[in-house]
Amino acid sequence: MSERRRPDDVDVLRGLLGPEGPELSCEACFEALDRYVELELSGADADARVPGMRAHLEGCGACDEDRRSLRALIEAGLASAPPAPAD
Amino acid sequence: MSQPSEARPTRGPDAESRAWLAGLRADGARGEDARHRLHDLLLRAARFEIGRRRGSLPHLRGGDLDDLAHQSADDALLAILAKLDGYRGESRFTTWAYKFALLEAAVKLRRRAWQGREVPLEPEHWAVLAGPEASPAASAESRDLLAAIAAAIETELSAHQREVLVAITLNGVPIDVLAERLNTTRGALYKTVHDARGKLRAHLADAGLRFENETIEAGA
Repeated sequence: MSERRRPDDVDVLRGLLGPEGPELSCEACFEALDRYVELELSGADADARVPGMRAHLEGCGACDEDRRSLRALIEAGLASAPPAPAD
Repeated sequence: MSQPSEARPTRGPDAESRAWLAGLRADGARGEDARHRLHDLLLRAARFEIGRRRGSLPHLRGGDLDDLAHQSADDALLAILAKLDGYRGESRFTTWAYKFALLEAAVKLRRRAWQGREVPLEPEHWAVLAGPEASPAASAESRDLLAAIAAAIETELSAHQREVLVAITLNGVPIDVLAERLNTTRGALYKTVHDARGKLRAHLADAGLRFENETIEAGA
């Protein structure tokens, strides 16, 4: 016999209690966001390379939306199209 | 909020990123051209973000949305030029720059979506956590946790912590919208949420309760 929390209860509890352990601030998250996303897309262990980022993204929905947006933009190929200014 | 230690040494910018930096720092026509090129990139990024989120603003017309994209690109360009010395070459310059445009667009869209709407801060929104009507099918374990949290929200948190935590985590108010209404920043509000969560976790631990952050099989 099993007893399982409903997903919405889990979501409520997760939102109220947040992640355990050390996490970045929103400012530090924004500072590292570009590197973290490039690491993610390269297949590297982004969570190990940017400690505290994963916990923050689990706790801060707005920062996680920013991460998903940046990732989607790069995956869409827009980030690689324009050339840098010529010397 | 504790700051985990940095685990990676800095690498320098690649050739393309160095070209961007040199162009943006140049005087005269070269600098102007670089800033114009960057603005074009930022505008594309802002339009991309607005395109992804336009479902949240069905009442806005295309012209309004493009105005938002231009405002986002303008503000992002200013922010980037002010912070250019902060770019450390840990990603491509364009990736670093894009995040400013995406942030500006996302924040503007969230605020526009809540324009004229009341931000719910009322205490009754969290009090229902303790009532059986809120979660009739919840497990006994969940109900115990929710009831303990509801009590702790009232007894352990300051009025400001209570308002912010409830608004953001229970009432679905975007943190950037609440920051604007309270004349503060996302980071400051998240710090409030973080501290409130710490108090709630400590209270649960004192009561011998623990949330494992996942669904729990009991007796399986």
